[in-house]
Amino acid sequence: MIASLKMFYTTVGRKLVMALTGLFLCVFLLEHLYGNLQLYKLDGGVAFNEYGEFLVHNIVIRAVEYLLFGGILLHVLDALFLTLHNRKARPVRYAVSHQSGNSSWFSRNMGITGSIILVFLVIHLKTFFISHRFQGVDTSMAHDVAAAFQSNWYAALYLFSMVLLGAHLNHGFQSAFQTLGWNNHRWMKPLKIVGTLFALLMMIGFGSFPIMFYFDLFGVASNILGQ
Amino acid sequence: MAETINLKLKIWRQKNSKESGRFEIYDMPGVNTHMSFLEMLDVLNDRLVREGKEPVAFDHDCREGICGMCSMYINGRAHGMLKGTTTCQLHMRHFHDGETVTIEPWRASAFPVIRDLVVDRSGFEKIMQAGGYISVNTGNAPDANSLPIAKVKADEAFDAAACIGCGACVASCKNASAMLFLSAKVSQFALLPQGEPERRERVLRMVAAHDEAGFGSCTNTGACEAECPKGISISHIARLNREYLAASLVKE
Repeated sequence: MIASLKMFYTTVGRKLVMALTGLFLCVFLLEHLYGNLQLYKLDGGVAFNEYGEFLVHNIVIRAVEYLLFGGILLHVLDALFLTLHNRKARPVRYAVSHQSGNSSWFSRNMGITGSIILVFLVIHLKTFFISHRFQGVDTSMAHDVAAAFQSNWYAALYLFSMVLLGAHLNHGFQSAFQTLGWNNHRWMKPLKIVGTLFALLMMIGFGSFPIMFYFDLFGVASNILGQ
Repeated sequence: MAETINLKLKIWRQKNSKESGRFEIYDMPGVNTHMSFLEMLDVLNDRLVREGKEPVAFDHDCREGICGMCSMYINGRAHGMLKGTTTCQLHMRHFHDGETVTIEPWRASAFPVIRDLVVDRSGFEKIMQAGGYISVNTGNAPDANSLPIAKVKADEAFDAAACIGCGACVASCKNASAMLFLSAKVSQFALLPQGEPERRERVLRMVAAHDEAGFGSCTNTGACEAECPKGISISHIARLNREYLAASLVKE
């Protein structure tokens, strides 16, 4: 057992951890997007609130919640560990380096996009999760969403973060399959296309909320806030 | 087309692995555009020797793109800007008059600079010693056709075996990872029946040797594949990951 765990300590093994946690978080994003889309039923947020209540009172979901936070933590810590290790592998940098000639911007900036998404995640949890779970805020979820996006900077930050999430997923999704070994000549191109489509779906899906709510399109915000 | 061009060379000079290096600038007037990059450096060295100065040390051997000795980071690209080309096969017609050409050694902690542009690539040897072989009893060579091998597999193994071990993959990787080299060497055996008996042990030992040599980890940027003079595909890295995962899980 211990010997098997040692496999996660090598350069290849640590990447397996990144890939597995990354794909797990992708599944979570899909579920989260499904929940958010309830807001587009334009029923004053009733369906969205009901879905939220269902999640909070479902014992399985509550258990998975721990797994989710564990997954995020592992993904972040492993990334930090790998980055430090990789920096050490090149102590002297090149004076001239034209990496744009051999690799994509997305693939080279996973650390930057990931870090900003992490900062966003903390702010996001503070607004929509910690306030309800631990600080006893009892307004409805839909109300909180509509209220939060009234703010210029919050809507802008949300939108910006979703663009970066798209950039992160554009490389990350297909990269995870490569790391797990589920790739070959035949699947390389299709996987990249699926990865980009997934990234676009997430970026446009989540990114639509700050836009819709900030500009109150279809009365989606005023419907909930009752203005 | 101009027959000669004038260049300014910015070359990394370093006495040995202990001392720190620095760039030095050399004017190169009248470079014949038909010269190879190494011939251009030969001309520079000839001049430096005549002037009583130290010539620039660089690795080279076959000068026909198959030995893997030449190793220069030219204007921010491993082996220069051409695809599928080693430094020795890069010709001066690809540079333009008045250009400043920056020449650096491979940069990786696993590839310490020995002198100027020469680096110690014995990290690759360590990986090969750990598993880049098959154990056979000596004797007569077996008949070539006695072991049936599917054509696709033979081709794929051959593509992997085209690796000349130059280290451009490590040099161009933002993490100084040797995954492309390692995966090519694992693949060429994993695909063939001769490699089968030691398949599991081999990949575990070679990954361990890779890490011990101080190479970084792969982030799938694909820079190695783009810069590899032999066009080794990163699909071999996917195979390596598969082999490693399988070997780790069944290890006793």
